[in-house]
Amino acid sequence: MKLSAKQASLLVLAVLIVLSPFFFPSGYYFRVGSLLFVNGLAVVGIVILTGFAGQISLGHAGFVGIGAYACALAPAYLGLHPALSAVLGAVVSGATAYLVGRPILRLKGYYLAVASLGFGILVSMVLANEARWTGGPDGIKTPDLGLRGLLADMGLELTNPQFWYALSGLALLIGAWLALNLRDSPTGRALRALHGSEVAARTVGIDVAQAKLMAFVVSAVYASASGSLLALQNRFITPDVAGYMHSIELVTMAVLGGAGSVLGAIFGAGILTLLPQALTVFQNYEQIMLGLVMMLVMVFMRQGLLPSVLGLMRGRGE
Amino acid sequence: MPELMQFLLSGITVGAVYALVALGFTIIYNASDVVNFAQGEFVMLGGMITVFAYQAGLPLPLAALIAIAATAAAGVAFNKLAIETARGAPVVSLIIITIGASIFIQGVAQVVFDKQLHRLPAFSGDEPLHVFGATILPQSLWVMGGALIVFVGLWVFFTRTLTGRAVLATSNNRLAAQLVGINTNFVMTLSFGLSAAIGALAGVLVTPITLTSYQIGISLALKGFAAAMLGGMGNPKGALVGGIALGLLEALTAGYLSSQYKDAVAFVVILAVLFAMPQGLFGRKAMERV
Amino acid sequence: MRKLLTGVALASLASLSFASFAWADIKLGATVSETGPASFLGDPEAKTLKLMVEQINASGGIKGEKIKLFLYDDGGDPNKARTFATRLVEDDGVVAIIGGTTTGTSMSVMPVVEDAKIPFISLAGAIEIIDPVRPNTFKTPHTDRMACEKIFDDMKKRGYTKIGMLSGTDGFGASMRAQCLAVAPNYGITILADENYGPKDADMTPQLTNIRGKSDIQAVLSPGFGQGPAIVTRNYAQLGITLPLYQSHGVASNGFIELAGAKASEGVRLPGTALLVGELLADNDPQKPVVMAYKTAFEKATGTPVSTFGGYAHDALRIFVDAVSRSKSTKPADIRDAIEKTSGLVGTTGTVTMSPKDHLGLDLGSFRMLEIKNGGWVLVK
Repeated sequence: MKLSAKQASLLVLAVLIVLSPFFFPSGYYFRVGSLLFVNGLAVVGIVILTGFAGQISLGHAGFVGIGAYACALAPAYLGLHPALSAVLGAVVSGATAYLVGRPILRLKGYYLAVASLGFGILVSMVLANEARWTGGPDGIKTPDLGLRGLLADMGLELTNPQFWYALSGLALLIGAWLALNLRDSPTGRALRALHGSEVAARTVGIDVAQAKLMAFVVSAVYASASGSLLALQNRFITPDVAGYMHSIELVTMAVLGGAGSVLGAIFGAGILTLLPQALTVFQNYEQIMLGLVMMLVMVFMRQGLLPSVLGLMRGRGE
Repeated sequence: MPELMQFLLSGITVGAVYALVALGFTIIYNASDVVNFAQGEFVMLGGMITVFAYQAGLPLPLAALIAIAATAAAGVAFNKLAIETARGAPVVSLIIITIGASIFIQGVAQVVFDKQLHRLPAFSGDEPLHVFGATILPQSLWVMGGALIVFVGLWVFFTRTLTGRAVLATSNNRLAAQLVGINTNFVMTLSFGLSAAIGALAGVLVTPITLTSYQIGISLALKGFAAAMLGGMGNPKGALVGGIALGLLEALTAGYLSSQYKDAVAFVVILAVLFAMPQGLFGRKAMERV
Repeated sequence: MRKLLTGVALASLASLSFASFAWADIKLGATVSETGPASFLGDPEAKTLKLMVEQINASGGIKGEKIKLFLYDDGGDPNKARTFATRLVEDDGVVAIIGGTTTGTSMSVMPVVEDAKIPFISLAGAIEIIDPVRPNTFKTPHTDRMACEKIFDDMKKRGYTKIGMLSGTDGFGASMRAQCLAVAPNYGITILADENYGPKDADMTPQLTNIRGKSDIQAVLSPGFGQGPAIVTRNYAQLGITLPLYQSHGVASNGFIELAGAKASEGVRLPGTALLVGELLADNDPQKPVVMAYKTAFEKATGTPVSTFGGYAHDALRIFVDAVSRSKSTKPADIRDAIEKTSGLVGTTGTVTMSPKDHLGLDLGSFRMLEIKNGGWVLVK
């Protein structure tokens, strides 16, 4: 049986997620793993927007923030269950992206970058300034999802990090599956066509504005889901998740790993999630190493880490 | 009226800081179409090196000169080691390289210098000048003058000198520029050196007002970036006007509307301007190659 | 191919564990913001912890057992702080955690330590950390509410009842602003102007102009930390405002006078700890030997002046050491119980006496009202 590239990618991901825990010496590794998956989920959204459709956003953390704060605010003020709050967050993020995306996506390149940056800053500013509702810059507590307790009642006892590892791993798998399906769908092909050249895409009858908007909305929902998972896992959230540093981090993860490929971008999320943990041994030199790695990878592996490595191996092997 | 005057003076002071940073972006952008997110770190290096050289006992002008020269050298090294080697990489990869450089320079600065806040003495004292019932510090005039001189210098450079035109030609079409005999490598080196030097000069001028530390670069770079985009990237006039406009917007919002949401209002206006004029106020119309 | 990828990923995960593998007698964890927006708080905290652990170990440790310090830099990011807390608990196996430079990082560490029942001593200001009291969470700095009360108390004594406020929008400034707004009525103080500035702002004259424009205002309070308060103070002088200016404990260090300039900061009052005025304390003041010993050691080792924030870390470590020396065992639960029984422990912030209902153990009296005179601090009687 021959696997398609899509099936192969999903299989690699699933095997990694399922088998890695057998090598984990402590609960801390589950925590790092689940962070990796949460970041990975948002980064898959960036792949759809940047890798497929070729649009840059420096404000996607704004949607992470909406998803995260939905899980804190909707239970407190609307009495909604945390899981439903996450869904609400995704809906709000998608709707916001739809409204904001229409005017913003007319801009190109750096102008789009600065407009999206502005959007992200607006979101984080509202979260920080409306302290009466959001708890202000010091953050706000989020309720327990309750699912872990439910599983325990059903006889499946998981520690907190284990549970979140499993749940966010599952979320990432589903997210990657959907993104890979989208890539090969007519819409996905339209997106990749406009990435190549908008004018060319338009001449073959693609509704460019609509296609871009679709990519923006879908990627916003990914970011929102990632924020919800983070907020529910941490049980506490601050406006930092919506800040521009987080936006830049997400784009960096995607590009570093290879923005054109779902697996590559997740790999990039992995690198930037694991690296700071591994670099703690360097103490004061941590930032120097991080900056150096980013520059070296981009200088010598332009397509991103994973696609470049794969390309090299293919070149040698065949 | 003294209130309005004070808001205006405050806005122009802060705006001149943004304009100085924004002007630093234009040269590299003109030469390579890259927005250099490490531009803020050049500002930081200019301030920090001056502070430490000054503390070591050097006279202030010499300390500033050393800082500007050292930062220019760092800019050239960054171009030679990273940007030139990455020739032909997609723009988004180049952005990540400049962000990586920004993190790297910050990391070096916190090890070589320290993590504390620092200040330089004002060049012409702290005695405020009175203008129509409002006050302004002499150092603000230094910053405004600096922004103006850099602006005029760049304008002359890009329109009146052969090298300046070579920079523009390189940005328009690298191959064509090479064909007409422009040394594009030299143009790139020059651009990074100049941009870094302008950034460092900005750092020296603003440190007595804004204070400095190893991590001021990012927020300055973002404000400068926003200002440059508001004016239209690549155009010195755009950088100057964009910077001052951003500063005025913030000050007037803080004065009349809400000091809590002044940054928000500034960004809303930037968004509105970009929706009406997608190339910024003075940006050139981009042609898309098919 | 797939196997290779799996292998690489697993190896990179597994390699994390070797870095932190070491035997030690008493494992103490810490996560502070050595870098990031709060680095001028976190940096002296980290230096203090390293320095004092070295000192304690050099003089034989606690009851003969040495302390092994696991110190991480969370960069002020609450998410990172939580990850490091998990690492300290699950991987490093520490018996207690010091840290959380900011309120945000402290609050995100709390669910981890409360789950794992590991005692945690926070270095952050906000009152939410210890109110309501949670079994395993303690803190060393005065709360921001106490800072407001101390300032309002002083204003009341000087007869000021109508004031203006100019607060930073960072966590520190926003939290203290909220507390001050809440307690002002208790002191009969009305806030006529409530302005804000961003933590990276370069000029606050518009806000100050508006405050100056309200003729009834008798004094101005500026809660915030970092460069903001220094710029506020300089702008205050630039505009020639003569009303008394109060800053918060967030700027209580000699660096502040240097940044704001001696002339501009003349007459500024703020609530601070004994650490800043060690030399001025009466010889019979119980805090004098403690603060002078720390000040001398810190300044000799680092070459930089002590700050209040390093003092918070000093007190946290003192509380930990004192608790371990009284504790039945080095089990986290016993250490927790011992910390809660801390009584009469003299630190840089004051004399700490904890109880099951009070996980801070400081009163308003241990805050000192300081005034800047001729580029130095004086105690306001």
